[in-house]
Amino acid sequence: MSRQSILRADELIRLDGVTCAYGSEAVLSDIDLSIGRQQFSGIVGPSGSGKTTLLKVLLGSTVPRRGAVHRASDLRIGYVPQVETVDWNFPVTVAECVLMARTRGRMVPWPSREERAAMHDMLSRLGIGDLSERHIRELSGGQQQRVFVARALLGDPQLLLMDEPTSGVDARTRHDVLHLLEELNRAGTAIVLTTHDLNGLASHLPHLVCLNTAIVGQGPPRHVLTADILERTFGAPMEILEHAGMPIVLDQYSHLHGNVVSLRKNAS
Amino acid sequence: MIDRLLRPFEFEFFRNGLIVATVAGALCGLVGVYVVLKGMSYIGHGLSHAIFGGFAASALLGINFVLGAGVWGVASALMINGVTRRRVIGADAAIGVITTASFALGLTLFAIFGRRGRSFDAALFGSILGIDRSDVVAITVLTVVVAIVIFIGYRQLLFTTFDPEVAEASGVRTAWVDATLMLVLATSILATMQVLGVTLIAATLVIPATVARMLTNSFAHMLLLATAIGALSGFVGMNLSYHLDIQSGPSIVLVGAGLFTVVFAATGVRRRRPLLGLT
Repeated sequence: MSRQSILRADELIRLDGVTCAYGSEAVLSDIDLSIGRQQFSGIVGPSGSGKTTLLKVLLGSTVPRRGAVHRASDLRIGYVPQVETVDWNFPVTVAECVLMARTRGRMVPWPSREERAAMHDMLSRLGIGDLSERHIRELSGGQQQRVFVARALLGDPQLLLMDEPTSGVDARTRHDVLHLLEELNRAGTAIVLTTHDLNGLASHLPHLVCLNTAIVGQGPPRHVLTADILERTFGAPMEILEHAGMPIVLDQYSHLHGNVVSLRKNAS
Repeated sequence: MIDRLLRPFEFEFFRNGLIVATVAGALCGLVGVYVVLKGMSYIGHGLSHAIFGGFAASALLGINFVLGAGVWGVASALMINGVTRRRVIGADAAIGVITTASFALGLTLFAIFGRRGRSFDAALFGSILGIDRSDVVAITVLTVVVAIVIFIGYRQLLFTTFDPEVAEASGVRTAWVDATLMLVLATSILATMQVLGVTLIAATLVIPATVARMLTNSFAHMLLLATAIGALSGFVGMNLSYHLDIQSGPSIVLVGAGLFTVVFAATGVRRRRPLLGLT
């Protein structure tokens, strides 16, 4: 159910008691979440915790079984899929891919002069202006990510949704992506992303949502990256250190070491 | 030599057959791009067999075969689309279940009620040399209509084929786009089935698109190349069938397969060259 009448002025989307299920198994349970106009949030949680489903509820491609989704009227949303889900053998150049954002309106295959200029301008802003005629597979991980960001931004979104934007990329690319997203957010685009990367990405974001089917905690990283919330989110004990005012999450392997030692003893 | 090459053009049946083979080749090449990129290469084979069930039903009911088989084919295509969109089972399995069931129903109807009406052998293996002017006009009009649909819906079709979920969320009515594509596909198969026969349509859908994919990384270029390769295969195959005195359907498919082999070898060499350069 999608409504728009009871949003606050600074809200883009609000979820009230949203529950999603595949068959009888709940993937999201009773989610209350508000996305503001200047928000920059990360959704963290283990595999199967419902991160992508939550993103798709925000996007509108998944309809909740229960609860309500309130959207601002004429809300424009850009979506950047997880790179692992993209068909890299599909025959599209960077230009063709980015111009998919302009699917509606024009009824001829080729782009107008204005569309072509907007596409080149967007690619240049993202530092890949000279790659428009390349096939999408012929790019580095960071460049591929930027192509889909460009496609999302060409639709002039108020809200950018990104599924695992730093999955499978190196540290340099991760820094580039984070820097790019900070710039976009400063320019007025709300951003919600999912990530597994607690130290490399999540701890740098202004707001986090810890998810494990239900929301376990949400707020600034210093408030939610705690041993208690992370253990309830990931189902494993974690240790939190602090460096330069930022939380650093460490897995606690000590209980596992004990098991490994006992197995070795049994084997010998 | 030139006289020998031009001699078949003196016969009207050959000219008709050549036009239809070339236009049908272009049509299948164009539609085949979407079939291949959606991972539904088996659908040409499956739908042509499903339409065979429509032959049987239309013969028994005494209705026009094009109408009966057409409605049957479109219904089968829409059923495949509906089952696939539910995402419980894959497109390949949906095609396998629905089209073989339809084919089996056609065979059962024959077994129970016997063969009546139109020659079913022609439906199975095609009869390109028996084509008259009305067939030429019909398939040319159909090809123009399909080209217009793909021209107008180019952007929606591309987005839906590449990234259906994001396309849907971006406001593209993907259910309609998919249904339109299946309608176009079923109609194209029905029209070209008389030319190529049930058994060879799949090749004319898949081979041109596959050859084009090996030659380009651009979607727009792939559409144009596949259409041209389909038309070329039809034209050359039809001429070869006359000069070698073989059936036109297999001749057209073998020309396409020959092109595939040449392009596969050539693009393989091109890709290996940088690696060889490193050593």
